[in-house]
Amino acid sequence: MSTTKELSLKESKVTYLLRLADDRLILGQRMSEWCGHGPVLEEDLALANMALDLIGHASSLYAYAAEVEGEGHDEDHFAYFRDDYEFTNLQLFELPKGDFAFTIARQFLFSSFSYFQYERLKDAKDEQFAGMIDKHLKEIKYHLRHSRDWVLKLGDGTEESKTRIQDAFDELWMYTGELFFIDGVDEMMLAEGNGVDLLSFKEEWKKLVEDTLKEATLTVPDWNQFMMTGSRNGMHTEHLGHMLAQMQFLRRSHPDADWK
Amino acid sequence: MKTKTLHTEEQIWEFIREVTDPEIPVLNIIEMGIARGVDIDEQGKVLVRITPTYSGCPAMNAIEKMVREKLEEKNIENFEVKLDFSEAWTTDWMTEEAKAKLKDYGIAPPEKTVADNDFLKSLSGTKIVPCPFCDSFETELQSQFGSTACKSQYFCNSCHQPFEHFKCI
Repeated sequence: MSTTKELSLKESKVTYLLRLADDRLILGQRMSEWCGHGPVLEEDLALANMALDLIGHASSLYAYAAEVEGEGHDEDHFAYFRDDYEFTNLQLFELPKGDFAFTIARQFLFSSFSYFQYERLKDAKDEQFAGMIDKHLKEIKYHLRHSRDWVLKLGDGTEESKTRIQDAFDELWMYTGELFFIDGVDEMMLAEGNGVDLLSFKEEWKKLVEDTLKEATLTVPDWNQFMMTGSRNGMHTEHLGHMLAQMQFLRRSHPDADWK
Repeated sequence: MKTKTLHTEEQIWEFIREVTDPEIPVLNIIEMGIARGVDIDEQGKVLVRITPTYSGCPAMNAIEKMVREKLEEKNIENFEVKLDFSEAWTTDWMTEEAKAKLKDYGIAPPEKTVADNDFLKSLSGTKIVPCPFCDSFETELQSQFGSTACKSQYFCNSCHQPFEHFKCI
C-alpha cells in the first residue's frame, strides 16, 4: 500500500528507519528466546549477547525515527503499540527460532547482509544516523564472525549437524529474496545521500554466502527458486502475530507503567 | 532565593571521575571513554555527554543514573545528562592507565584497533591474545562472547586459567 502512495521525504525517512529497526527488533526478540536454552553455556551467553545488541540497535533506530517523525512518540511506541500489519520486518526474521542450526544459518544470512549494507550506510550524509550505523557495524562484525565459524563447524561436523544446517539453509532460502527488496522509499533515501544501493553489493554478498557454504561442505540452494514477497508492506507469516502477542501484552496491559 | 553555586568544567570532570563502571568497578567512566564531554552554559546549566560502549549495554541506564546522582550529591541542581551517539565508541578511547588496570584486574586489555579494510579476509584468521595472568601466548579463544557484551572468553594453556579479553572495537 505504501508503495502506491507518494511519500514525503520525512515519511520516507521514518519508514526507512522503521524497516531497519523492525528487522533488528524482531530478530533480536527471536534470539532472546535462546536465553537459558543454549546448547552450551558459552553459546547461551553469545546468543543472548547478540540478541541484546540487536535490540539495542532497534532501540536507537526507533528513537531516531520518533525524533524525525516529531509526533511525540518514543521507541516503546513503535515496539509495543503497533500491530503485525504495521511491522515492516522481513519474514525471514520472524520465523520461529528452530534448532541451533536454524538460528545460526539465519544469523549468518542476516549478519553478512547487514555487514555489506552498513559498510555503505555508515557514510550517510546524516551524521547522527551515520554515527549510529558505525556503532552497529562494529558489533555486526563480531556477529558475522560468530555465525560464520558455526556454519563451518556444523557443516563440516558430524552427519547430524551437517543435515541440520543444510536443512536450515534449504528452508530459509525462499525468504532471502526480500533482502534485496527496493521501492520508492529506498530510492528517495539513496537520492538524499542517506540510503544504500542494495544491488551494489548483491553479488559480493552472494559470493560470501556461497564461499562459506562450500567451505562448510554444504550445497548452495538454488537462488532462482520461488521467493516470498510482501514483508515491507506489512505482509507476514502467521508467526509474527504470536510473537507480538507475547512481546507486547505486558506493556499494553500497563501502558503507563514506568521503571522510575 | 538561594544563590547558585558556580562550578568550573574541571570540577565537574573531577566529580564524574568518582563514577565507576558497574561491570568493571576498577575503572571510572572517564578512563573507559564513556564520559565524552562537559559543558556549562551561560545560565550555569551543566551538560554532561556520555556514550554507550555497546548498543545494548544494560549498564548504560545505570551509568546515566549514577552520573545524575553524583551531580545531585555535589549539590548541582541545573544539569542534563545526554546520550551522545555522534561518534561510535571505540576501545582506543580507553587510556593506557585504564588498560593497565584492566590487566591487573585479570582482564586481557584491548589492543589498538587497526583499520580492517580486509575484514572479510580476516574472517578465517584467529587473533592471539596474551594471558593477563602469566603473559603466555599459548591461549585459545573459547567464545566470542563473554559475561558482558564487551568481553570474549579465552583459556590459557600455560597456566590453565580461563580469562576474559576486552574486545577491541
